[in-house]
Amino acid sequence: MAALLRFAATAAVGFIALLSVGDRALAQIKIGSVLSVTGPASFLGDPEKRTLEIYVDEINAKGGVNGQKLQLIVYDDAGSADNARTFATRLVEEDKVVAMVGGSTTGTTLAMMQIFEDANIPFISLAGAIQIIEPVHRWVFKTPHTDKMACEKIFADLKSRALTTIALISGTDAFGKSMRDQCVAVAPKTGIKIAIEENYGPRDSDMTPQLTNIRNKAEVQAVVNPGFGQGPAIVTRNYRQLGFAVPLYQSHGVASKQFIELAGAAAEGVRLPAAALLIADKLPSSDPQKPVVENYSRAYQAKTGQAVSTFGGHAYDGLMILVEAMQRAKSADSTKIRDEIERTKGYVGTGGIVNMSATDHLGLDLSAFHVLEIEGGDWMLVPGT
Amino acid sequence: MRALLQTRLMPAIAVAVLVTILPLSFSSAYYYRIGVLVFIFALAVVGLNLLMGFAGQVSLGHAGFLGIGAYSVAIGPVHLGAPSWLCLFGGAVLSGAIAFLVGRPILRLKGHYLAVATLGLGLLLATVLTNEARWTGGPDGMSVPGLKLFGWSVRGATAWYWIAGATFVCGFVLAFNLMESPTGRALQAIHDSEIAALVLGIDVARKKLAIFVISAVYASVAGSFLALFNGYITPDAAGFLRSIELVAMVVLGGMGSIVGSLVGAIVLVVLPQVLTIFHDYEQALLGLVVMVFMIFLRRGIVPSIAAAFAGRR
Amino acid sequence: MAELLQFVSSGLTVGAIYALVALGFTLIYKASDIINFAQGEFVMLGGMTTVFATLAGVPLPLAALIAVVVTTAIGFALHRFAIEPARGASPVALIMITIGASIFLRGVAQIIFDRRFHSLPPLLGADPIRFGGAAILPQSLVVLAGATVIVTLLWLFIDRTLLGKAVIATAANRLAARLTGIDTRRVVDFSFAVSAAIGAVAGILITPIALTSYDAGTLLALKGFAAAMLGGIGSAAGAVIGGLLIGLIEAFAAGYLSSNYKDAVAFLIILVVLISIPQGLFGRAKVERV
Repeated sequence: MAALLRFAATAAVGFIALLSVGDRALAQIKIGSVLSVTGPASFLGDPEKRTLEIYVDEINAKGGVNGQKLQLIVYDDAGSADNARTFATRLVEEDKVVAMVGGSTTGTTLAMMQIFEDANIPFISLAGAIQIIEPVHRWVFKTPHTDKMACEKIFADLKSRALTTIALISGTDAFGKSMRDQCVAVAPKTGIKIAIEENYGPRDSDMTPQLTNIRNKAEVQAVVNPGFGQGPAIVTRNYRQLGFAVPLYQSHGVASKQFIELAGAAAEGVRLPAAALLIADKLPSSDPQKPVVENYSRAYQAKTGQAVSTFGGHAYDGLMILVEAMQRAKSADSTKIRDEIERTKGYVGTGGIVNMSATDHLGLDLSAFHVLEIEGGDWMLVPGT
Repeated sequence: MRALLQTRLMPAIAVAVLVTILPLSFSSAYYYRIGVLVFIFALAVVGLNLLMGFAGQVSLGHAGFLGIGAYSVAIGPVHLGAPSWLCLFGGAVLSGAIAFLVGRPILRLKGHYLAVATLGLGLLLATVLTNEARWTGGPDGMSVPGLKLFGWSVRGATAWYWIAGATFVCGFVLAFNLMESPTGRALQAIHDSEIAALVLGIDVARKKLAIFVISAVYASVAGSFLALFNGYITPDAAGFLRSIELVAMVVLGGMGSIVGSLVGAIVLVVLPQVLTIFHDYEQALLGLVVMVFMIFLRRGIVPSIAAAFAGRR
Repeated sequence: MAELLQFVSSGLTVGAIYALVALGFTLIYKASDIINFAQGEFVMLGGMTTVFATLAGVPLPLAALIAVVVTTAIGFALHRFAIEPARGASPVALIMITIGASIFLRGVAQIIFDRRFHSLPPLLGADPIRFGGAAILPQSLVVLAGATVIVTLLWLFIDRTLLGKAVIATAANRLAARLTGIDTRRVVDFSFAVSAAIGAVAGILITPIALTSYDAGTLLALKGFAAAMLGGIGSAAGAVIGGLLIGLIEAFAAGYLSSNYKDAVAFLIILVVLISIPQGLFGRAKVERV
């Protein structure tokens, strides 16, 4: 058994050796990010990572923040909440970051929140669900619009078209489920009646049975599809296939040009709530967001060769809010940074104009959303929204 | 006599020593966390190894049992008001029961049928966990109340390190003893030649079923620990990819080597932490490693090293 | 009545997809008793390679051909370099190798391609065919036709050609087959290559309906595999019928019961089949009991 003891010793040494590999950097401000770059949420994490890298480089090229360069440390949790928590612990304990911008999904964000709260490090989340900021946690903020806001915006548009009885068809993925729950909660307060609900799996290839059930409910005046990924594209195609006469609303989760490509001709007339980023070129020149979204779109497209997505935009906003807070605080102290993030006022970003407060760690209101309609294979801004 | 005892318990003692001295090199809670995760997964892998290495079966849905254990300590306290440790036992019993129900008809068949059945079972469990939002919190998961032992709240990576480490050593010793027991020897006989074992009067199907149930219980306990430690659980803990990772840990460490379970867990938990720059290639690397090991190093790391040492004598 | 027709057409659409994937498992299993978990990745590679070739400017038919050739080569490589070296290993080990290959191919695909969703233009246009109040996409009929053609070709091949007989012989008893002069290694090479080709064709036909992405292979493989098990793994006709059955059951579950557990149907079927009729509906009852 000497062999085994020898082996155990080797294993121990190897284990320790492996763990002592780490980054060593001097006099840089360390910002951490745990994103779902690979895995089922790579749709979110991939553009977020690219955005953060592009802009950290740009900021550093211009001299950094408060005279110091930024060091971005990105870890990929592959969509697993468990991994996210491990990497969050690593960022806090090992890399000793001063702030964190990340958390692509609600699940990973919720799993990481406690770590940053316990360590007193500000955490700007890039996930959608409202539980991240309601109830307000001292150290947790977020940049994307909540799914509750998306529902409210859609319902407001429905009311303006005198459509009050709707059907919901949602994906069973986290995004779809969360938004569906919010829509169900918000509906009675806005006078919308949900006559029938159906759902589908995120990788299903045909939703015609569910849509047939919806079509058979005569009182339905519009259909809302909370969902994300490829599901909404297929729902939209099936919608046209079945020849629905009533309008279809998508969620902000599909806000990318790719949706129009995938859904094809079926996307005509579909409406959805979206941030100004999607219609950068169609904004009136008086819109304060126009220069910001145009610059971001151009930079992102040039550096990655891909069209912008709102998820990347949320990462941009998160980073900029953090950087501006650091500049106002004139320090890299986590507590001072947190206080300044909370004092963000009038920040013009890709998602809207942000005004945070001690009770509002998101800072967006319904005006941050516009209602878009797809026309001629492109986005069109519905006037007055 | 003493010599025999020494040989039998030596690996267990070696591992216990390793568990105890390792924290001397830990410089922050991060390392303790890694340690806890290693022990948790190693525990599950020991169980799976009993099934794969000794009973010669594959479970492609073992994370499902992990999920049962994990959600038991979440749903129990939150929805039923039961104390966490009781739910841990409940989860283990439930896992064992499901393994028994599914394993009994399947294990009577020869070949790869258990692999397929466990594949279906694991996926089914993951689907239920994702969809029954009222109980499980749905795809976003739910938070898990912390473990309270005799009035003391177990919190923090350091406390968990010792709990997980101790449990792992226990599981390790249990597995070792099992392998040296008549059941274990019967299993080794089955592994070598089922026909010969049958001739000797061994009830092959029943022995395999017993091991399947035991492996399910190991996984369930590990899952409960995972949920309690993290304070949060999501359905992907029971997912297909997790099941494959568990099998990969067995393969890497060495099928049939209980010490190998620890090695496999160490490699697959620690390596992604070390190779973070390569995270883009992580999946490709995992697949490649599994393939290479199954083609060339089928015995796994530990038996191969042991054989190399033995050869040198 | 109209809704029943719609459910049926939805079931046939999805079922045809599963059937095409299931067919890929058949030949490899017939020749070597191996369940190839990388079959889903062959389907994905067929679709994704075609998409990216067209994005690079290659005309669609040529892109499809390139995709089939590339995937076939990968299938051949899988056998020659991963399975063949491990020839004497237990079925468990071989399953693990194909699983490893599947993860590897998926990991490589996400680097070479990208992580987004893609589609292909449908072969016969996007306008649905309306009948009796229901609507079916022409591509669904293309997929069904494709499955039928492949089943027929497979049957003709196994039944009427010498190579087909060689495949059966290799599966029945490898040593005996070699003794009669059959190069068994080439035979299994060939079956892997053809299965990969079938997978690639399936991917190309499926993508206009179901879209594709680097991880599309996993769920497809699982469902296709459930279909193959239901029909009796090793039976080509069984694969198709199994696929259609699962598709129909899923559609009816979604339409009449709850759409929540639609996915669970396939997985439940795997379990039920294994417990009651392990050889499937049309498989030969050569299942040994202990």
